[in-house]
Amino acid sequence: MTMPTYAEIKVGDPLPPLTTKEITRTTLALFAGASGDHNPIHIDIDFAKAAGMPDVFAHGMLNMAYLGRLLTGWVPQSALREFTTRFVAITQVHAVITCTGKVVEKRDGNLVALEIEAADQNGEVKLAGTALIELP
Amino acid sequence: MIDTSYVGHVTDPYSVTVEKGRLRDFARATGQSDRVYLDEAAAQAAGYRGLLAPPTYLFSLDLDREDPFYFITLLKIDLARVLHGEQAFTYGAPICAGDTVTLVSEVTDIYAKKGGAMEFVHLKTSATNQLGEDAGSMTRTVIVRHPQ
Repeated sequence: MTMPTYAEIKVGDPLPPLTTKEITRTTLALFAGASGDHNPIHIDIDFAKAAGMPDVFAHGMLNMAYLGRLLTGWVPQSALREFTTRFVAITQVHAVITCTGKVVEKRDGNLVALEIEAADQNGEVKLAGTALIELP
Repeated sequence: MIDTSYVGHVTDPYSVTVEKGRLRDFARATGQSDRVYLDEAAAQAAGYRGLLAPPTYLFSLDLDREDPFYFITLLKIDLARVLHGEQAFTYGAPICAGDTVTLVSEVTDIYAKKGGAMEFVHLKTSATNQLGEDAGSMTRTVIVRHPQ
């Protein structure tokens, strides 16, 4: 990975986007086990229906992990200072998520602020957030 | 309504060991291909003690508690009414496989909006590693819905 430098970064620069594989029921089962989030609303359709939902839906933290991959695909994780997201909408099974980001501000101390977003194949935003990166 | 006198409540410290197998499972489940998250030798070559925990993994460490919904229980909230509104992380020393991380959580705010139809809880969790280093923190915003 070639790390960008503070000097060469400009406001408006995009991050290389990341598109995930389709989120399947298997994805949710494996993420439940690996992440420790065993909330049945994400893995048990009987529970989801009893709770008034038409189906299970993806963990918000799965999408946040994808946004994490967007960031660490651009700079090593050691450059990451802050990472925040709002969970805007539910992500359905079979969604294909694309994560995008851009530089919105250069700050003192070699810090760059990013706006980041995760959206599905219809362009519906699921997570919107910010990150703060310290560059060499 | 949630009892706002819990603002400032701090949990007992909780220590958890970062497991290599879980990190590898997490990397696979999130489609990660970067070797520092999957291959111990690659992580060590990059200067880490062991496999690197990804940026959101502190959330999973906190879920390792015997009662992962400890603050929901504490605040007497109905889990079925809870939404995850926001999640924020700050970073300190990297968290790696084999580390023992000690977590302390504090209820930092409780407030209502829309005439009490929605309540918000902020919970901040701070992490320290086995060397006594700051290993970052996270703040989650939980929304409790009260349909009128």
